[in-house]
Amino acid sequence: MILTRRTFVKAAAASGAAFALPGVASGQARAPLTRTIPSSGEAIPAVGLGTWITFNVGDDPVLRDECADVITAFFEAGGSVIDSSPMYGSSQPAIGYGLERLGRPDTLFSAEKVWTSAAADGPSQIEQSRRFWGVEQFDLVQVHNLVGWKAHLETLFAMKAAERIRYVGITTSEGRRHDLFERIMRDFPLDFVQLSYNIVDREAEERLLPLAAERGIAVIVNRPFRQGELTQRLEGEPLPAWAAEIGASSWAQFILKFILAHPSVTVAIPATTRVDHVRENVAAAADPLPDAAMRERMAAHVRDL
Amino acid sequence: MSEWWTYRPEDFLLFSPRVYWRMFELHNAAFWPLHFATLAAGLVIILLVLRRLPRRGLWVALILAALWAFVGWTFLWSRYAAINWAIIYVAPAFGLQALLLAIAAARGGPVLDRKDAGAWVGVLLMAIGIAAYPLLPPLFERPWRSAEVFGIAPDPTAIATLGALLPASGRFAPLLLVIPLLWLLLSGLTLQTMGDPQAWLPLLTAGTVVAALALRRLTSAAG
Repeated sequence: MILTRRTFVKAAAASGAAFALPGVASGQARAPLTRTIPSSGEAIPAVGLGTWITFNVGDDPVLRDECADVITAFFEAGGSVIDSSPMYGSSQPAIGYGLERLGRPDTLFSAEKVWTSAAADGPSQIEQSRRFWGVEQFDLVQVHNLVGWKAHLETLFAMKAAERIRYVGITTSEGRRHDLFERIMRDFPLDFVQLSYNIVDREAEERLLPLAAERGIAVIVNRPFRQGELTQRLEGEPLPAWAAEIGASSWAQFILKFILAHPSVTVAIPATTRVDHVRENVAAAADPLPDAAMRERMAAHVRDL
Repeated sequence: MSEWWTYRPEDFLLFSPRVYWRMFELHNAAFWPLHFATLAAGLVIILLVLRRLPRRGLWVALILAALWAFVGWTFLWSRYAAINWAIIYVAPAFGLQALLLAIAAARGGPVLDRKDAGAWVGVLLMAIGIAAYPLLPPLFERPWRSAEVFGIAPDPTAIATLGALLPASGRFAPLLLVIPLLWLLLSGLTLQTMGDPQAWLPLLTAGTVVAALALRRLTSAAG
């Protein structure tokens, strides 16, 4: 990998090196755990920020400011990866607003998607997304839910070759099309895959996660809380005393630590509208993480509740 | 879309309830105090229908055409589509409804001459859409600012439209009911997916209108 200023700054941030970030000068928390992207060796913080539903706030100035507050808190906590899609309504402009207000932090790792069945519309859609974010280029562009995947992958690999994006990926959610997903993982030199995985939805453990490790593909985990359903369900239940052994002080951290402890997982991207939650989420990317036996205990505990 | 059967209604909900209801707050603030004018237009429609004034069908159709065009453009196209991309495909239906009403007006307006049970259901629906809908927020623990007002927001506009047109007779009268009914179905399902207790209102209204039309058809066949 060629070390550019951009990648150096990202690597320095990811390793917790002290540096001045516009708008994020104070209150920097302990740097979160990082994970390495197998295809490049670049390190990124293990908890990112999803924007599905939470950042789709339209032109509402109050809610846009709340999104910007979440982005600010996310970077203050040491986060870096923000994920979105043209499918998420007005989430992209909300991200652009938040990044603009923050002074466009160099540590951003931008993960976007292309989502159109018309192959010819892919490049213009990616360009439109880039304008919404207000970034020079995206770090990662993924084919959203495999829509028009053949043509879009061709476009994305060409963009990567032309250094207009740095990584290429594909996504799925809620266990859909895993057979095709697996085939694409085997046949194409992907940098990233994005899939749903959490303490109760563990289908990805069977084939996709081992295959990602085998093929050297980074894994982004979406819907870690089942779109909030899981944390809401657990919120009335007491956290087991032994959760302290893995440093989990909330159900959200309990679930995130379960996910991050899987050796194939690179980054989980919980979505939230709350500053305290985004801090809590990023703080889950910290040692200790559960070992295999503890993970099974955690899964059994949640299953039995 | 592949494996479409694996999708649930929740998978198509792109926004949170908070964003949805704040959208009405912003919309009301943007058009205040136009609400008084649209409510006055609603009262005129009720009077035209109840008092059997001359050329009432023409005026009812013209007023409704203007309001459907206004709501379609200002609310659906210019505001709601920002958080729900599917609305880009729905908003033109409001334009089409406005066009259909304008065509009906150009032909003299719908003939509002029915006096059956369906017509009285129509009066009730006009009262709900025009008078009751703005009063709903406190019942559902929302701020007054989020009130849905006839001629400003789509649901009360659709409900009152159905009410005003239920007394209509003639071959083309049912055509004017299709888009309002479909909108209420869509809106009700959206609210239901959001887990909003108000969902039953548009759904029940649509069901009531369909039942009234079916009853009318049965009565007419029997008679």
